[in-house]
Amino acid sequence: MKVKLRNPDRVVEVDGPRTVSALLNRLEVVSEAVLVIRDATLLTRDEPLGPDDELEVRPVLSGGSLPPGDGR
Amino acid sequence: MKCKVCRAHAVVDIRRHNAAFCQDHFVDHVNSQVAKAIKEFKMVTAEDRLLVAVSGGKDSLAVWDILMNLGYDTTGFYLDLGIGGYSGRSKEAAVAFADSRGVKLIVRSLREEHGFSVPELSTLTGRVPCSGCGLNKRYEFNRAALEEGFDVLVTGHNLDDEVATLFGNVLGWNTQMLGRQRPVLEERVVSAGAARAFVRKIKPLIRIAERETAAYALIRGIDYIVEECPMVEGNTQHRYKEALTLLEEASPGTKHRMYFGFLKNVSDRFAEDRGATELIPCAGCGAPTVASGAHATGELMCSFCKTKALAQARRAEREDATGRGVKRR
Ligand code: SF4
Ligand SMILES: [Zn+2]
Ligand SMILES: [Zn+2]
Repeated sequence: MKVKLRNPDRVVEVDGPRTVSALLNRLEVVSEAVLVIRDATLLTRDEPLGPDDELEVRPVLSGGSLPPGDGR
Repeated sequence: MKCKVCRAHAVVDIRRHNAAFCQDHFVDHVNSQVAKAIKEFKMVTAEDRLLVAVSGGKDSLAVWDILMNLGYDTTGFYLDLGIGGYSGRSKEAAVAFADSRGVKLIVRSLREEHGFSVPELSTLTGRVPCSGCGLNKRYEFNRAALEEGFDVLVTGHNLDDEVATLFGNVLGWNTQMLGRQRPVLEERVVSAGAARAFVRKIKPLIRIAERETAAYALIRGIDYIVEECPMVEGNTQHRYKEALTLLEEASPGTKHRMYFGFLKNVSDRFAEDRGATELIPCAGCGAPTVASGAHATGELMCSFCKTKALAQARRAEREDATGRGVKRR
């Protein structure tokens, strides 16, 4: 299957994983930190995958922040 | 997995709630969690005019979308930070969203308002970009909300943001910040009957994890900017988020327990540490500022004006050094 990764954008070929969880384990990605998308639809962690799937693993933790204090 | 509500095929699983949802019921779930937070912390009334600070990212666009769903009167505010192509693309995302929903977006630019971008400010002051950036945003969001007459300023801080901030404050035992870290910051005036100094600020997404705001944005067709700010490298907040996410992965519910346990059982114990907050007018911009901080440095200027003055002084030095300052005269 083809897997699109982000930041920087790139596509990797992965063989074998039968579920979203297995794919994330293979990629050594923490499942709480990403969404997995196929055909513009989100997939739960137990969703079965096929060898011809085209997927995106999208990170969800952004780094920017607003310091909260302003004297209150 | 099946949707907890209708048993249809699920698209999002939320491990800390031990639940999964189809698209429609996930959207309902998120909307009702936000409504619950608004009610629980008495964030807004139905009559309030809300200014939503949007960055073009998923969280701020999601909170704007949700508040519209819930029937609130909202306007967006985008501050152009001048961070190269990233700022251009994030502005496009914010403008496109506002256009698609037919709602008003106020756009201001840091460079036009004050003469410098976030990267320029960082170079001139020698401080990390995110610290100057945070200061600019706080100042400009508040100023815009007051000038444009809004009752409430809304930010897209989610559960992950809040728990990471809390974690950082605990690591350093920053008791003053612990005292101040609440989902609602009340409006403040300098003296009874005077104009507002600080607008009321609220964080309606505190019950929603970052993974859920991303899922929400995707399902709702919100074309947010996925790309990270190029200045983010080494951002400590980001490191805390990653560490907490590892704990969450091993033990779902960790983030929620830490943050809501803090609000319920701990926050008030730091009330005294919130610090003296007598307000005086800033000598630079006239906006009210915290007197204690100003006295400590002997200058009656707000931290934004101090930073701006430093940047302007450094720029003048550089121009003199390169001779450009002389030529111009
Ligand atoms: S990562 Fe830092 S510099 Fe970039 S937008 Fe966020 S706070 Fe500002
Ligand atoms: Zn359903
Ligand atoms: Zn000032």
